[in-house]
Amino acid sequence: MINESLVQLGGRLRTREVSSVELTTAFLERIARLNPVLNAFITVDRERTLAQAREADARLGRGEGGPLTGIPVAHKDIFCARGWRTTCGSRMLSNFVSPYDAHVVERLAGAGAVCLGKTNMDEFAMGSSNETSHFGPVKNPWNTAMVSGGSSGGSAAAVAARLAPGATGTDTGGSIRQPAALCGLTGLKPTYGVVSRYGMIAFASSLDQGGPMARSAQDCALLLNSMSGFDPRDSTSLERPAEDYSRGVDAARDPDRPLVGLTVGLPKEFFGPGMDADVAAAVEAAIAEVRRLGAQTVDIGLPNMELSIPVYYVLAPAEASSNLSRFDGVRYGHRSAQFDDLMDMYCRTRAEGFGDEVKRRILIGTYVLSHGYYDAYYLQAQKLRRLIAQDFVAAFRHCDVIMGPTSPTVAFALGARSADPVQMYLSDIYTIAVNLAGLPGMSIPCGFGGHGLPVGLQIIGNYFDEARMIEVAHRYQQVTDWHLRAPAL
Amino acid sequence: MSLSPEQVRNIARLARIAITDAEAATVRDQLNGILGLIERMQAVDTSGIAPMAHAQDLSQRLRDDRVTESDRHEAFQSVAPEVEAGLYLVPRVME
Repeated sequence: MINESLVQLGGRLRTREVSSVELTTAFLERIARLNPVLNAFITVDRERTLAQAREADARLGRGEGGPLTGIPVAHKDIFCARGWRTTCGSRMLSNFVSPYDAHVVERLAGAGAVCLGKTNMDEFAMGSSNETSHFGPVKNPWNTAMVSGGSSGGSAAAVAARLAPGATGTDTGGSIRQPAALCGLTGLKPTYGVVSRYGMIAFASSLDQGGPMARSAQDCALLLNSMSGFDPRDSTSLERPAEDYSRGVDAARDPDRPLVGLTVGLPKEFFGPGMDADVAAAVEAAIAEVRRLGAQTVDIGLPNMELSIPVYYVLAPAEASSNLSRFDGVRYGHRSAQFDDLMDMYCRTRAEGFGDEVKRRILIGTYVLSHGYYDAYYLQAQKLRRLIAQDFVAAFRHCDVIMGPTSPTVAFALGARSADPVQMYLSDIYTIAVNLAGLPGMSIPCGFGGHGLPVGLQIIGNYFDEARMIEVAHRYQQVTDWHLRAPAL
Repeated sequence: MSLSPEQVRNIARLARIAITDAEAATVRDQLNGILGLIERMQAVDTSGIAPMAHAQDLSQRLRDDRVTESDRHEAFQSVAPEVEAGLYLVPRVME
C-alpha cells in the first residue's frame, strides 16, 4: 500500500477497502521506524494526525469523499498549521505553535487530506542540502551518507522513503526541484502567484512559491488542484479561473506517439561543461525518449542565465533581510535570556536564534540595500532580472517546454560543501532563473548516476502552462519506471 | 570590493545581529566571497533596461473598508515571550 499512488489510494479509500486511520497508521509506523535514520520530520503528532484521519473516515462514510479525502500528506515546516509547532527549521521558532493555518494547509485540510507531520528543511529555506536546519541534516534515502538536497529536503526524503505518499514544499531558487531530483521524486514549482503565500513563512517574497512533491506527475496534479487558487490574503495571489491540472493526463492521445506536436527547447547553457557526465547521460537519454514519444526538439539560448546566481544572491538576501526583521524577540519566537537594553535584546536574540547561513544572508541583504550601494547592487540586479526573464519569453516563441538537468550533480556527501557558501550556491545554477522569471518548473526522475543516486530531468513551462508540463511528464512516466523505483530501507 | 572589519560590524549593527570580534573575521571572509560572486553583475551594461521588481505586473487590489477579522489577540499573544494585560513587554526604553 505504501508504494501506491495518491490516485490509487484515493480509490481504495472511497470504496472503503481501507480506512484513512489504517492508511495513516501505516505511514506513521514507517515514520516511527525510519525517521531516526533519515531525520525527515521535525514534528510528528500521532494523536492530532489520527484525529484528522477519523474525521476523514466519517466524511468518506457519508459518501462525501473527494480525490484527497483521507490521504495523509506531510507539510514542509515552513507552512503554519494551527496547533502544530511550526519551526521553519530554526532555533528562532523552535517553540512557536502556530495560531493559524496557511492557505495551503487550509485548502488541503478542506479537501480532507490528513496532516502527517511537519518536515525538516534548511533554516528559513536558505540552503541546498538541508544541512542548515537547526534540527540536523536530512539523510538521502538512497544513501544515508549523502544530502537530501534542499531546502525542502525533509519533504523529498519523506516521499522517496515512503514515509508519506505526498508532501508540500516551497521553491525560492530551486528548493522543490533540486531535492526532488536528488531524492528521485516528482516536484513542481507553479507559476508565481498560483499558490497563495499566506501562512508560508516568508524568505524572498517576490520569488517564494509553494508546490507539490509526490512520486508521479499525476499525483502532483491532484495536489496542485487543491493547493492552488486565489487568496485575497496574499497580495500577489492571482485571480484566475480554477484549473484542472490533470486535464492533460486524462486527454486521449495516440498511445505510441502521445507527444506529437510538442516542441521541446534545449538551452545550450544547460548542456555545457558544468554538468557531470552521469547526469548528462541520464538527461540525454530522457530527451531521446521524449523524441521517441513524438516530440520535436529545437536548440535555444538563454544567454543571461549565467547571471542568475549573482542576481539571485542580491535579490533574495535583500528581501530576506527585510522579511526576517520581524524576528526580534517581541511578538513570537526566541528571546535571549540575558540583555542590557532593548537594542541588546534584539541583537542577542537574533544572534542566538539564527544559524550561520541565515545570518550571512541577512548581512549580505542589509549591505546591498544600505545607503550608497542600492543602485550598484539591488537596482542592477533588478535590471538583470528583466534580461533573464526576457530570454525565456524569446525562447518560448520557438518551443512549448524547455528541458535540461535539474542539478549539475547527483546528491553530494554530507559536509562536502558546507564549509564554502559560494560552492553551495552554485548547486542551483539550473533552477534559479526560473524563479527570477516567475515561470513554472518541475523535476522528474530520469535515471541513476554515480553510486546509484537519482538524476532529475527539469521541465520548464511557459507562464500558467502547468497542465502541459504535467502532461509531458506523465507521458514520459507512462513509458518509464524511474519514478516507481524505491530505495532499499 | 572587499569589506573591512569595521564595515562588517556596522552591517551587523544595522541588521541587529550581535557578532563577536572573533566571529567578525570569519564572517568578513565569507561575505567577501559572496560579494566576489555577485561582482560579475557589474560587467553588464543595463542602461535603458527597466528594473523588474516582480514576476507579474500587478497593481495592488483594493477591498471594501469593513471589518473582516475577529479579535484573537489572546491566541496571538499566547506565543509571545512576555505579555502583560494585552501588551507586549520589552526592556524600558525611557527613564
